[in-house]
Amino acid sequence: MTEATLTPVLTRSWTSARSWSQDTYERLGGYQALRAVLRGADGPVQPDRLIQLVKDSGLRGRGGAGFPTGLKWSFIPQGTTGAAAKPHYLVLNADEGEPGTCKDIPLMMADPHSLVEGCVITSYAIRANYCAIYVRGEALHCIRRVQHAVNEAYAAGYLGKNILGSGFDLDIVVHAGAGAYICGEETALLDSLEGRRGQPRLKPPFPATAGLYGAPTVVNNVETIASVPAIVRGGSEWFRAMGTAKSPGPKIYSLSGHVELPGQYEAPLGITLRELLVMAGGMKDGIPLKFWTPGGSSTPLFTAEHLDVPLDFEGAAAAGSMLGTTAIMLFNETVSVPWAVMKWTEFYKHESCGKCTPCREGCYWLLEILRRMVAGEGTESDIETMLDVCDNILGRSFCALGDGAVSPIASGIQYFRQEFLDLCKTQAGTGPAARADLVGAQA
Amino acid sequence: MTVTQDVKDAKAVKADQKPVPEGHVRLTIDDIEVDAPKGEILIRTCERLGIAIPRFCDHPLLEPAGACRQCLVEVELGGRAMPKPQASCTMTVADGMVVRTQHTSAVADKAQQGVMELLLINHPLDCPICDKGGECPLQNQALSNGRTDSRFIDRKRTFPKPLPISTQILLDRERCVLCQRCTRFSDQIAGDPFIELLERGAEQQVGVAQDKPFQSYFSGNTIQICPVGALTSTAYRFRSRPFDLVSTPSVCEHCASGCAQRADTRRGEVQRRLAGNDASVNEEWNCDKGRFAFRYLTSKRRILRPLVRGADGQLVEASWTDALRAAASGLLAAKEGSDAETRRGIGVLAGGRLTVEDAYAYAKFARVAAGTNDVDFRARPLGGTSGGAEELAFLAAHVVGIAPDTGGLSYRDLEAAQTVLCVALDPEEESPIVFLRLRKAARAGRTTVLHLGQWTTPSVAKTQATLIPAAPGSEPAVLAELDPAVLDTLRENAVILVGERAAEVPGLYSRVSTLALTTGARIGWVPRRAGDRGALDAGAVPTLLPGGRPVADADARAEVERAWGLRPGGLPTQPGRDTEQLLAAAAAGELAALVVGGVDPYDLADPEAALHGLRAAGFVVSLELHASAVTELADVVLPVAPDINRSGSYLNWEGRRREFDITLTAPGMLPDCRVLDTLAAEMDLDLGTQSVAMAAAELAALTARRSVGADYCRTSHSRNPLAPEAPRALLATWRRLIDESSLAVDEPHLAGTARAPYVLCNPSTAAKLGLTEGQLTTVATERGALTLPMRLADLPDGVVWLPANSPGSRVRASLGVGHGALVTVTPGGNS
Repeated sequence: MTEATLTPVLTRSWTSARSWSQDTYERLGGYQALRAVLRGADGPVQPDRLIQLVKDSGLRGRGGAGFPTGLKWSFIPQGTTGAAAKPHYLVLNADEGEPGTCKDIPLMMADPHSLVEGCVITSYAIRANYCAIYVRGEALHCIRRVQHAVNEAYAAGYLGKNILGSGFDLDIVVHAGAGAYICGEETALLDSLEGRRGQPRLKPPFPATAGLYGAPTVVNNVETIASVPAIVRGGSEWFRAMGTAKSPGPKIYSLSGHVELPGQYEAPLGITLRELLVMAGGMKDGIPLKFWTPGGSSTPLFTAEHLDVPLDFEGAAAAGSMLGTTAIMLFNETVSVPWAVMKWTEFYKHESCGKCTPCREGCYWLLEILRRMVAGEGTESDIETMLDVCDNILGRSFCALGDGAVSPIASGIQYFRQEFLDLCKTQAGTGPAARADLVGAQA
Repeated sequence: MTVTQDVKDAKAVKADQKPVPEGHVRLTIDDIEVDAPKGEILIRTCERLGIAIPRFCDHPLLEPAGACRQCLVEVELGGRAMPKPQASCTMTVADGMVVRTQHTSAVADKAQQGVMELLLINHPLDCPICDKGGECPLQNQALSNGRTDSRFIDRKRTFPKPLPISTQILLDRERCVLCQRCTRFSDQIAGDPFIELLERGAEQQVGVAQDKPFQSYFSGNTIQICPVGALTSTAYRFRSRPFDLVSTPSVCEHCASGCAQRADTRRGEVQRRLAGNDASVNEEWNCDKGRFAFRYLTSKRRILRPLVRGADGQLVEASWTDALRAAASGLLAAKEGSDAETRRGIGVLAGGRLTVEDAYAYAKFARVAAGTNDVDFRARPLGGTSGGAEELAFLAAHVVGIAPDTGGLSYRDLEAAQTVLCVALDPEEESPIVFLRLRKAARAGRTTVLHLGQWTTPSVAKTQATLIPAAPGSEPAVLAELDPAVLDTLRENAVILVGERAAEVPGLYSRVSTLALTTGARIGWVPRRAGDRGALDAGAVPTLLPGGRPVADADARAEVERAWGLRPGGLPTQPGRDTEQLLAAAAAGELAALVVGGVDPYDLADPEAALHGLRAAGFVVSLELHASAVTELADVVLPVAPDINRSGSYLNWEGRRREFDITLTAPGMLPDCRVLDTLAAEMDLDLGTQSVAMAAAELAALTARRSVGADYCRTSHSRNPLAPEAPRALLATWRRLIDESSLAVDEPHLAGTARAPYVLCNPSTAAKLGLTEGQLTTVATERGALTLPMRLADLPDGVVWLPANSPGSRVRASLGVGHGALVTVTPGGNS
């Protein structure tokens, strides 16, 4: 495998000097897609043609679920009556906060204008005149950079009233979240954006018909929307030339952990970890790979057996995990699986919003057991209890956060049960002999 | 819903099935095929089939939440099984849906048991001391759908307990299962989002904002709908266990809403009261006054034995025989006018808290025993001579004899109305269930509420109403000059709700009557007290006999004479005098005796004049629950039974009969009708109201069924609103729900949730009067003064508002005036 495997589309300009500035962006062809849409030779492109273009490109949501983007846009009711008559909104989910996931923030740091351009084109396509970018609150530097890009775009006439003389108006508001993982769930994000406490909403109604302020809303991931200008420039065929038939296009793979060259690798969907590892210089210090996540902590673990799993939506799912956010965390043989699983569960316990019973109570009590287990005080029956509780959370919680929370535990036990058992062996007080020590137990 | 076939041959009969009814879908639940109305929530369909699915967050009157995940079932839609179990409390039925509950699906059963286990891990095992133990949905459903033991050995989360979220509601956070019923109730139903979920994840908890306690008039409902013992009331906490209580269905005695309620008693005392379930009246809610204000029953001021004033002027306990004899001889003497030529006759003040049967007894007593039409139930300001008569004309034209089953207005009509105009009525303060219905209708987007009043009260805000501002006294003029667009909204499916306070504004009832006639809007009269409407229909008014028969009508009199076995012409023909006129007559020495049933002089327009009248009346018989300003002046005091010790019925504002039975028997406690009957017997007359049933039967025979809109009120009065100049201002005032009312005594926890009393005025009036927000302000008349902090509100210019009967603000008692009066407002003073 060579570096030719990389397909820098989104990351193309990241190494340029001052890549985040509008000058650099425009010098490298930025905002040409927007001009083509709004000021094309044959007049403005019809919004529906843009939706069709994105549908044809096969672009799938990069936030983890892989929902076809063009299809999502087409759900927005258009017209002058009913829900369609309400204002339409585009909301950018830039609340990147899952352990391991680190693609959107680097993108917004290095190339915020691609996001802004994508927002304008998308808003035009879905007939929205208001777009909100909901950025994770902790990423302060990133918020500033996106805000700066938005300011530059306003000054250059890419935002505001009558953009490029086309008659199209768009305002972008950069909104800082307050540090809740749940607000990455799109309906919780909308609640938070409205000034409420971020908890997921009941669906239906879906955001496409009743989203922000009860109006039709598209919620998309940063990487998804940043891909739009490239698709407009290159066309759907060009986009489909990368990746696989069902998962076309390039994808930013974020390698972290025990790897020689951690970082962002933009490659066609369907690439394998084995190929990525070649580019990333292999495992750190040559210590062999033990386990890894294909798409952040909420995707079930993979092991060294899965090095050749094609990392696209279908391939990851077929191998028993999910593509997620392609946040590949690599762990070598020095890492204890129960410990890692405990740390991840600490995250989920801390971030569970509390709305539904399975996630709120489940995460809390799973962590209690895991902590006890890692401290050497677990029992074999705890393992079965954990698996059963995971089964009672998976698919039973209000939103997908509960599903994600049990992924590391269930897959950790699936592949590394012995490690959990070994922790139990160190514990005294499980056998009948120990019980006999209890006062009054000897009958 | 129809269960179309038996489980066993579910598949066999499919071919020749009857078609799905219009607006319905056909689905299968646990192999039972069922038709359900479109849009129905799955868990409701299951309920109607008799399939009980455990649940916590679900409540039929709240919007679905799907939070607790206890009600998971397996669903197959369009022939495809949904990958995850679905919450049956959020999913609507669909055609061809196949549902498997815990009874037929191992997946659903395990999902439910799994959620139940998670809820129970952290729940304390304090059931034996928990108020809810024995009536606890968590306890019950843990038994029906839970595991027998826990697999968890780690330490439970605990919280300091209890957390008082108001003076009357306590929160034990470790018991809470975070179902959000309480927060959703407060937000959706009551419109008082004082409580909210705080923190997140396992630390999530219900709480209040700093210095903003749960000051909702409806907070007690959260205790009742809490599926665990997390919310308890200060008054009932640890007092009893559900299984030690005897529950009796009852009716609330506090206002004219007519709530069904349940009284739970133990060892001869009411321990608590709960909202009853009556879909056509109060649904499942009641207000905190109805729930908590029952300590008057055990108040030290209760009168339990007859009292007779002795030669030394002191009231002393007497036997019933002696007391009745004393009362009868005093009344007989007064009737015959033996002590002086000018002092003759008996007046009857019936009060607004009587049951229909009692009011009927007073009405009949006045006519038969006292030989007069001088009877009035209205124990409230009547707006001077014209107001009292105008109200009676209005009530005779629009209200008396009308009930929902004769085409009268009902709660459901309020919900279905396009426009509801409130006049002289603050629904949340004066009839809380009317308020809840208006809020429900407004939230559903069906109904526009208009509010003719002085300021944007919480009622106005929470019913999303438009305020039509009017200075006190100018209400009729404002109604006469309504915006044409507003007038148009009153032409179609509109309702005008008018409160009893309209009597205080001369001309207002007439204007409402005219408005209804010209627009076709329907009229509802919402008095404040539970007994008002029934007393009207029972004839406890100077101009109407029972059944709304006009005193002036000879045929009507003849009907009553026949029913009462009187000789023709045996009924007095002269219309009687109203409460204010009677007390004035007594004060002028023109009335020899008064029979007073539960009237508080401080409720009247001029308490000082009323007391003067009582003092001046030659002989006063008082029928009372507890010691009052009247019993202090009475010659004979006869104790009467409170509602829990008797049966009876009220008519609520709709005219709907609200019947209740004895909750607790109490020997020697007699209802007013029985006391009056015995008193009449002592006067050698047969009143025929010896029992509640007898009184009710006699009244039923006299009840004329009336259709709506037979006549309208033609009386017209007008008064130019007074024009105040600083330091004078026009006073607007009415009562709050939780205030100094006599039936709310001895309940400090309830009193703690009362709205704080303020003087209200708008900023420009404040500037003119030299007032500063938050500073003490004195409102004065020649009679006296009140000093309270001032707050800004959107009142008309030159108008100040005071709560009429709140702590530190007893307007009539202190100032001797009321709504529409000129008062002097100055900064400063001593509260």
